[in-house]
Amino acid sequence: MTITVTLNGQKRTSEVAPDLTLYEYLRREGCFSVKCGCETSNCGLCTVHLDGKPVLSCSVLAVRADGRQVTTLEGLRPQAEELGGYLADEGAEQCGFCSPGFLMNVLAMEQELADPTEKEIQRYLAGNLCRCSGYQGQLRAVRRYLAARKEGRQ
Amino acid sequence: MFTAQNYVRVQSLEEAWSLNQKKSNRILGGGCWLRLGRQRIGTLIDLSDLGLGTIRREGDTLLLGAMVTLRQLETSALLQECYGSFFPRMVESIVGVQFRNCATLGGSVAGRFGFSDLLTGLLAVDSQVCLVKGGVMPLARYLSLPPSRDVVAEIRLPASGWKASYQSFRNTHTDLPVLTCAVARKDGEAAFQVSVGARPARAVLLTDVTRETLACRLDQLSYGSNMRAGEAYRRHLAPVLAARAIEELEVKQG
Repeated sequence: MTITVTLNGQKRTSEVAPDLTLYEYLRREGCFSVKCGCETSNCGLCTVHLDGKPVLSCSVLAVRADGRQVTTLEGLRPQAEELGGYLADEGAEQCGFCSPGFLMNVLAMEQELADPTEKEIQRYLAGNLCRCSGYQGQLRAVRRYLAARKEGRQ
Repeated sequence: MFTAQNYVRVQSLEEAWSLNQKKSNRILGGGCWLRLGRQRIGTLIDLSDLGLGTIRREGDTLLLGAMVTLRQLETSALLQECYGSFFPRMVESIVGVQFRNCATLGGSVAGRFGFSDLLTGLLAVDSQVCLVKGGVMPLARYLSLPPSRDVVAEIRLPASGWKASYQSFRNTHTDLPVLTCAVARKDGEAAFQVSVGARPARAVLLTDVTRETLACRLDQLSYGSNMRAGEAYRRHLAPVLAARAIEELEVKQG
């Protein structure tokens, strides 16, 4: 089947099988930040934005992305670098495997929730699993990142 | 992961129904559960073009399309206006926001999952299932029928006159539930409707429950054991969750 996807701002037309996942399609298109961590639709590592909303690319079929916008970490480099700096400053990461999905979901949360509370942040990010840490470093980093962004806006 | 030979974005519910009569074909909901199996599927039937992704109110009825995502149920201002925090509580512990942006209402209902938070909640408020050929029937009846190849198009529930609250118990926040419980009551009535799911079997509905009969009625239900909890623990949890739900409901009803 032929699909046309606006991937990170660029229109691309490709031939895909009906059962190809969006995750496999994105890897094929060179977006290697997208990884599959758990195989059970659970870990959040494969998170990408589909029409601006965070989805599990392991569970969405590529054919469903036809005519839509898909954004991966490769398309959000400046934002990812800024947020990644806060994560590094807080020593939040150990192996870093879960980072791409985590960054993508934090960036989606920033678009969706204005000034979220601690509880709202925790609930929004609950679908991103990290097996090295206890999440405290990530939470500190997210809070500091959101505060800095808010200050920048004012 | 499943395999599929074809993919069709149907242009009518009739077309979806016709394609779904073939045993090897499957309707594609959110795909979250389907991908965990290894089925060899002939044609994937996608309902995305049928406008079933909306939540509307018509008179005294809420109409929820089969392609509405769990995240839409969680964030809908209309549902919050009619049911307060009932729907957000029902779905907020289901994996994560990304999962809930994919998984659909129709997939959750047609899947008839034993662990379903959604079925537990929907049962308590007298929801109805709208099928392409089977017409409109109470959700409780739909769940008691053997699986069919009909197509779930819409879920309907009362838009006013009900208050409902939802409780679940989980070993960790985003895990499947150990037990789920929803309590609802029509304004002006004394008796409750109580549904209990993840026993770990499919949710069931108890009607005409009073505070006095609650413990006895819950104890008459069957409970089972699985990797998440034992039968005795679930039996113990049921009245605890129901009591919490009733307490919350009474605060809502004043």
